[in-house]
Amino acid sequence: MRTAVIRFPGSNCDRDIADILTQEYKHQVSFIWHKESFEKHYDLVVIPGGFSYGDYLRCGALARFSPAMVSLKDHIDSGRLVLGICNGFQILVESGLLPGALTRNKTLKHICKNVNLKVGSKGNPLTKKISPDKILDIPISHGEGSYFADADTLKQLADEDRVLFRYAGENPNGSLDDIAGVTSKDFRIAGLMPHPERAVEEISGSTDGRIIFDSFFQIL
Amino acid sequence: MFIGKVNITLKESVLDPQGTTVKKVLHDMGEDMVADLRIGKYIELKLNSKDIETARQDADRLCKKLLVNGVIETYALEVLPV
Repeated sequence: MRTAVIRFPGSNCDRDIADILTQEYKHQVSFIWHKESFEKHYDLVVIPGGFSYGDYLRCGALARFSPAMVSLKDHIDSGRLVLGICNGFQILVESGLLPGALTRNKTLKHICKNVNLKVGSKGNPLTKKISPDKILDIPISHGEGSYFADADTLKQLADEDRVLFRYAGENPNGSLDDIAGVTSKDFRIAGLMPHPERAVEEISGSTDGRIIFDSFFQIL
Repeated sequence: MFIGKVNITLKESVLDPQGTTVKKVLHDMGEDMVADLRIGKYIELKLNSKDIETARQDADRLCKKLLVNGVIETYALEVLPV
């Protein structure tokens, strides 16, 4: 699979996701600097975690005007997959490619710890391989990960099976409906605050991220 | 030259943990008259628009395009000649 990882000034999880995709999933990974446009020949584009543009104005707000994000729209129009992790998720919602917004954690603190997740919607094809009863142990690391959307949008997300993951048990950041990640209506664009790429190798403590990527890549 | 003053606040329906925390501290200080407190941000723009009406339209467009996230925020805009 050919995969692009877009790098912004302040991206800092780009190597993490690239290493996992290269070593564990045998993707051919290219890094794209945000000032560059790219051709639509990638199967997957990943927007990694970090602090693009220093989180100035709002997290993810400035990144969406980069040339690479214009190319991303062509990539999406051709029906290919996009995955946004943490700041990548924030960029996708600020771009209007995913609904809702990510606001300050209810505790006002940057939270860096492992949390429990469960599948958000039983009918979402991206998580089809994960049992609805399965509790996943995945790290989060964010200060602004509290998911907000109006009541109609929340209902629509649930009705259309578009909630990717929910926090199970403790809701660490105040996200409405415990939402940790959502997808587009056609399930081709996925965004989540937790970092599955930090839970693939044994050395990282949990390997539950592997179940997530296995499930994601099954539909590609 | 015109000056655009943008006051941005979180919508009523959006949790403002910063405002809630500051209100609680004021209450702890005995300032019980504080019924509510919301924290926002202030942006000042200097605009080279040709007249004040254009400046108002320009500032409003910038708010909608980038400065304000309409999903969670509302804003009040004031445009004045410098």
